Amino acid sequence: MSLVNFTTREITCKIVYYGPGRSGKTTNLHYVYGRVPETRRGRMVSLATQTDRTLFFDFLPIDLGQISGFSTRFQLYTVPGQVYYNATRRLVLQGADGVVFVGDSQARQLDENIESLQNLQSNLLEHGVDVRTMPVVMQYNKQDLPRELILTPPDLDDALNFRSVPSFPADALHGRGVFETLKAISELVLKKLAAGSPAA
Amino acid sequence: MTSALNPRFSFETFVVGAANRLAVTAGRTVAENPGSAYNPLFIYSGSGLGKTHVLMAIGHAAKTIASQLNIEYLTLDEYVEAFHAAIAAGQGDAFRRRFQNVDVLLVDDVQFLTNRKEMQAELLRLTEALQQSGHQIVLASDRPPAEIADLDERLISRFSGGLVVDIGIPDYETRVAILRRKAEERASKFQPGVLETVAQVEYPNVRELMGALNRLIAFQAVNDMPINEEAVRKVLGIATAASSTAASPTVASPTAASPDEFSQFLTDVTVTVGKAVEAWRARVTEAVMRWEGEGYRTGRLEKLLDQEQPAAVDDAIAAYVQDVERLKALEAEVAVLDPQAAGEKVFRDPDHMDEAEAAAAKVRDGAAPPPAPSAAFPLETYVVGPSNEVALNAARDVIAKPGKKYNPLVIVGKSGLGKTHLLNAIGLELARKKNAVVACLSTQAFVDELIAAIDGNRVDWWRARYRRATALLLDDIHLLSGKERTQEELFNLFNQLVDADRQLVFTAPAHPNTLEGLEERIVSRLEGGLVAEIVEPDKELRRSVLERLLTQQHLPMEPALLDYLADRPIDSVRSLTGIVQRVVEAAAAQDAPVSAGLAREVLEGAPPPRRTTGLRTSGIVVSSAGGVRSREKMVWDWPAAGDRVIEDLR
Repeated sequence: MSLVNFTTREITCKIVYYGPGRSGKTTNLHYVYGRVPETRRGRMVSLATQTDRTLFFDFLPIDLGQISGFSTRFQLYTVPGQVYYNATRRLVLQGADGVVFVGDSQARQLDENIESLQNLQSNLLEHGVDVRTMPVVMQYNKQDLPRELILTPPDLDDALNFRSVPSFPADALHGRGVFETLKAISELVLKKLAAGSPAA
Repeated sequence: MTSALNPRFSFETFVVGAANRLAVTAGRTVAENPGSAYNPLFIYSGSGLGKTHVLMAIGHAAKTIASQLNIEYLTLDEYVEAFHAAIAAGQGDAFRRRFQNVDVLLVDDVQFLTNRKEMQAELLRLTEALQQSGHQIVLASDRPPAEIADLDERLISRFSGGLVVDIGIPDYETRVAILRRKAEERASKFQPGVLETVAQVEYPNVRELMGALNRLIAFQAVNDMPINEEAVRKVLGIATAASSTAASPTVASPTAASPDEFSQFLTDVTVTVGKAVEAWRARVTEAVMRWEGEGYRTGRLEKLLDQEQPAAVDDAIAAYVQDVERLKALEAEVAVLDPQAAGEKVFRDPDHMDEAEAAAAKVRDGAAPPPAPSAAFPLETYVVGPSNEVALNAARDVIAKPGKKYNPLVIVGKSGLGKTHLLNAIGLELARKKNAVVACLSTQAFVDELIAAIDGNRVDWWRARYRRATALLLDDIHLLSGKERTQEELFNLFNQLVDADRQLVFTAPAHPNTLEGLEERIVSRLEGGLVAEIVEPDKELRRSVLERLLTQQHLPMEPALLDYLADRPIDSVRSLTGIVQRVVEAAAAQDAPVSAGLAREVLEGAPPPRRTTGLRTSGIVVSSAGGVRSREKMVWDWPAAGDRVIEDLR
């Protein structure tokens, strides 16, 4: 996928929300969807099971309009978190320009977080992408839960954020940290293109 | 009652962008081929996006291409008003006829047809009549036909039957281009970035954009100092570039619970993108969009974008623009010589300037001037006598004042009286004038050329070739008889040349109104100038011609010979030349000097019979085969009866 197309003057960013099951990826997208003016967003495609678990993936296109003469579009995707949907995850990850890793702040979910991070790394490698070159931000969701159940952001950073990428505490259900995360990943993605790799 | 076309509203002054390209292309096509391309053409757009501009531009362009076209621009209200006035005055039929004779009818604001049943019926009738007679109709409205409330189904289908195009809101680049052009037109200069800031505001139409520009110009004039980006924001009430985008009407959505978060996000992204897409890239991209919009290939500019940090971007853009200007000039030049060649892709590719130059050179060479008059017929050798004096004087007037005095000049007379000579002589004299392009040829050649052009699909080229002529001289115009297409072409050419005061000269064997197979409109135009007749050569003329012929052949100017030959019963100069030739040949064969006696012997067969036999003959010997054996009578035209009597008495 071409990130910036100077000929057609388009910027298209594909951002994938990655993370373990029930960490709140779809919730992130729902919140964004609710804040984007109707005229700017496409239909949110959500393929969910009866229990509201993401079966395939969620997709939310956002049209940011003309920016510096470029028609700018963001495409937000989520992957299904459950372990057995790995093929789907790999598929969705294809051509991603940036990844938001949505971690579950609950202490008992730490292992799932780590497993999912490793899964991200291996799936990117499958596509020939080194996770170190991919713009990634971390979001520690569910920070609104009782203190005794969750880890603090510094703890989570220690446990998950080996590369010291930007990280954000969040409460996706109520919107805290959602746009901060999106903004951070957007900046990383766009700066990557500024660094001189107008992808062909 | 018809509004005049505003000269400012031409295609040249219309800024083309993605949103209006289709409408402009369709408009140009219609202007170039009125009545045949898209009929009717229906243009719709919101207010202030350029409907009227395109409509008038079509009128201008059509007029430029074919000046004789009858073009009318009016708004629907004007049409309605005129119709009511005509009905009130009992002139309904005259009103209808008037509009049915319009070649290109441009009607603006047809959305006002709502609730006007009788006008809808009238317009339906007019549209049908115009379409049937191959006349163009172009309509503009602020909404598509199907959305005009209460519009007759038949009108909707009529309007939609041609081409319906819309003009959208101009995009950012087009807005910048519009602002730049308008600022340039008003000789206003702005600091870099100012117009771009204005263009970032998504005004719903160009008029409001112009309003913003006006405010800036006024502000700058009052403050007597260049306005900067900050001041622009204040003057136009834009908070920041980003929020202006967010605050535009398309974004304001009551359904979004709190758009602030999104707006803030948008602002941040805008800043990041702005940093990411370096300014030079934006400039190059803008240039690419602009020239691509005008149909030029932009490969060279696009290559710049592939580079990391190209040197001298602005110089590269300037060089590109210079090349495009050169292409435009070449195309304009070629368009005059060969309209078909002007549309070739090579004139749209600044990356291959050499090919464009070569193509233009080829057209220049290939644009052979129309056939010129023959140098074998100079005016000096044209022998004058009472029988051709009128024609010669008219010719002299035409040479002195081409296109002004007798236009067209039609020289009539029987075969062999020197019409072709005079025609070519006029042509040669006219060709001496500066920048003269004289087309002088036989009508048969004219017809053949047209057929070849139709065959080679080069009619445009053929027409252009003759339209360039400063004078058109056609020999034997009666050969047009039955050639309908050539008559049609000649008719158009005739009108164009006469309108431009170019001289036309024709020859015909008889008075135009006695020629058969010529269309009335051609005949009436031929009659409209001067018809000068050349009659059979008088004796004086015959003598002059003989003297010249004998001198040319280096023969003795024997008075007896001259008298004898000048008295021969001939009806044309050509016959005279013929008999001299025969005498000369006979003299050469017999190795005898050319004399009156020899001439008599040659031309009358045997010496005049003595009447001793008491047998009277007519001098004509009828062979057993039934043919006429007299050499003289066999080959040449019969003399008039009166002349023959004198002959017999001699």
